[in-house]
Amino acid sequence: MFTSVEEFSMLALYSAMFIYALAFIFHAVDLANRSGQVKPVEQASAGKRPVTRERGSRALRIGFSLTILAFVFHLAATVGRGVSAGRVPWSNMYEFALTATLAIVFIYLIVNIWADLRFLGVLITGLVLLFLGVARVNYYVAVVPLPPALDSYWLVLHIIVAVLATGFFTLSFGLSVVQLMQSRRQRRLAENLPSKTGFLGTLPSADRLENLAYRLAIVGFVFWTFTLIAGSIWAEHAWGRYWGWDTKEVWTFVIWVLYAGYIHARATRGWRGTRSSWLAIIAYSAVIFNFSIVNVFFKGLHAYSGL
Amino acid sequence: MKVALLLLLLLAVAAIPGSLFPQRAADPNGVSQYEADHPELFKVLDAFPLQLFDVYSSVWFSAIYILLFISLIGCVLPRIAQHWRALRALPPKTPARLERMAGFTVNELSNPKASKADASEVAERVVASAETILKRSRFRTTTFSNAGTYSVSAERGYLRETGNLVFHVALLGVLVAVGIGGGFSYQGQKVVVDGESMVNAKIDYDSFKSGRFFDDSTLPAFGVRFDSFDAEYVSPDDGNIAALGKATDYTANVTLFGTDGSESQQTIKVNHPLRTEGAQVYLLANGYAPKLTIRNPEGEVVYDEAVAFVPQDKNLTSLGVIKVPYGLGEQLGLRGFFYPTKAELESGAYTSNYPELENPLLTLDVFVGDLGINNGVPVSAFALDTTNMRQLTGRAIDVESLELKPGQTVELPEGLGTITLDSVPTFITLDVHHNPAQVWVLVFALLATAGLLTSLFVPRRRMWVKAIAQDGGVRIEYAALARGDDPTLQRAVEEFVEKHRATL
Ligand code: HEM
Repeated sequence: MFTSVEEFSMLALYSAMFIYALAFIFHAVDLANRSGQVKPVEQASAGKRPVTRERGSRALRIGFSLTILAFVFHLAATVGRGVSAGRVPWSNMYEFALTATLAIVFIYLIVNIWADLRFLGVLITGLVLLFLGVARVNYYVAVVPLPPALDSYWLVLHIIVAVLATGFFTLSFGLSVVQLMQSRRQRRLAENLPSKTGFLGTLPSADRLENLAYRLAIVGFVFWTFTLIAGSIWAEHAWGRYWGWDTKEVWTFVIWVLYAGYIHARATRGWRGTRSSWLAIIAYSAVIFNFSIVNVFFKGLHAYSGL
Repeated sequence: MKVALLLLLLLAVAAIPGSLFPQRAADPNGVSQYEADHPELFKVLDAFPLQLFDVYSSVWFSAIYILLFISLIGCVLPRIAQHWRALRALPPKTPARLERMAGFTVNELSNPKASKADASEVAERVVASAETILKRSRFRTTTFSNAGTYSVSAERGYLRETGNLVFHVALLGVLVAVGIGGGFSYQGQKVVVDGESMVNAKIDYDSFKSGRFFDDSTLPAFGVRFDSFDAEYVSPDDGNIAALGKATDYTANVTLFGTDGSESQQTIKVNHPLRTEGAQVYLLANGYAPKLTIRNPEGEVVYDEAVAFVPQDKNLTSLGVIKVPYGLGEQLGLRGFFYPTKAELESGAYTSNYPELENPLLTLDVFVGDLGINNGVPVSAFALDTTNMRQLTGRAIDVESLELKPGQTVELPEGLGTITLDSVPTFITLDVHHNPAQVWVLVFALLATAGLLTSLFVPRRRMWVKAIAQDGGVRIEYAALARGDDPTLQRAVEEFVEKHRATL
């Protein structure tokens, strides 16, 4: 039983990665085809389209369906890992990567009910595939029971809010990247310069992208605030102080302040648009840095990577 | 706003060095290690302008957050005043031209037979019914009329700004509570061997730190006796080889002696401190404390103590130091390894391969000479300075270390006497904390979160309905304006128009 559930989880993970790879290809094909779709007239009105519910190309629909399928396998892999460990599947880096990427896809799928962000499919499937690959190769550890320090319901709460925040931040990051590309394209078109990124013509305008990125970021920010508070309460239970500037605490704080800066930037004259999207990208780099480099190379109390 | 933004970004950047350099407050051993590794560089980095080992209390870090909070106060005070006025004022006048506003919609009511006066009456009713609906949706409203043009101006979502102000003020509250809490807090650590007790008094602690304003005489003198320790490990029977020996639970069973004379049985676990008299008692570490008796050649006891050995790995291979300054001809120092379950590596060295006492063994390297404890310089109880000592046993000089199992007695070399390993009790390290303001930090943090949620997600919007009496009908205009980010404004206008139409 023990090993077989773990094997099942691994098999589901490999299947999920394979399907994500297919989804990635279909999404890429869709983007490539979009360049051709933009008629010269539309070129001029550079992505003024609102995000409306369109069926999208065949490649896009296949890519998105595959993403849903991959998500199901990914979910199975994560739940399987949890079952074989007999606890929540996020107590070391491998498991955290599994769960966090699951949350990223989950939030991507959910947000798509509300606004059509399927054009982020390439980025999301690509990123998730990359993270899963790195996690499987570099972070994999066999199932071991929770050490006493992690054996707390705060582990459940703290990490759930953290991965949800990460999911929203990831989508917001994707939109900020597209926003930067879009505003560059809009600038070039305004100056009658050629733009090679034709597919952007089928995407929302830079303004619209910025608004979407902001909305997702503030939801992420709220979850991150909860992460910070839940983490502090847990730290008080486990280590006797709610805050001690442990390396992981430092980075959680840095990320929080960077996003607070981003939110401020939107309300500061001269900082809307390109500048604030750069801030969002920097803040997201801190999120990734916190998970990868800080966990593996920095020493501190949060020595949970299990490596 | 620009200043606030720059200071925020600066704060984020300034916090980073604290994760690159070990910090005195979080990792004092790391700091000592750094000093030992880079003595020259250390002096520069540690000195005044850089203060890289105390980043979060450094002058530059403090300057940034103090400036940020001054800017915050400067920002928030005028806005509180302004918001206070806005809360009691009526919505502003309806703009003359609504065409350029969000969700602009026109609806014509026509009745070719109606006179201008009739139309004017209808227009007034139209606006009155719009006002009723707006009021019901918690808008604050005011109406205007001018030569057959009636309008209602409505605003809602004042809570958005209230939330924003609460958020910023609560952040200030967090800062103040952190400051006050730090000033009045204390923290003490004590190693307690099975069967022994500790008292919450400054002199009883192995180490004690307190805030600037803390008065030692206010320490409640409760006591804790360590009765027994339960540790659960993944055992060979559990079938998970990868996790063999991993701890899954630690429980210290203690007796708590209250200052009121009460006595109660309590447990302390990781994540579940014992909370008593405003303090929390944490289980910080645990391990083995071999109890040794050393006799001189005449058989007199010169040493009789349980010494906490510091665990080196998950299987509790532990390192400890015993110092015997008096009673033998020379000062005696022992450096020992304790293996709860002894196993032999290929190299012949020992290790422990399970954390419980399955096959316990103590090995001791013996040194004689000057322990270096007589010249008044404080020395760590866990380190043996062998510079002025002569080694008598150990690998370094190719003499077998002394080996002892519980109950065994062996001779010390050179006829110094005998040493007995009486038993191997467990020890725990208790960490006692008190911070009177931490509840307030939490209260303000939650208040800030509540403020944040309202300020980010309550839409603040104005809405207008204008009814213009014309020959043969009434022209109704609808429009709205968002104040701040408002994704659902358009839909809100549409829904309102629908609702209003139904009443006409
Ligand atoms: C401790 C430092 C600060 C932090 C962490 C912080 C954080 C935030 C956050 C998260 C928001 C968005 C949520 C909300 O609207 O309530 C915000 C909004 C705002 N903050 Fe701050 N803030 C700080 C200092 C300041 C300062 C010094 C000012 C004065 C210039 C300021 C002025 C504002 C304003 C005007 C808004 C509203 C922006 C909008 O309408 O979108 N904040 N702040």
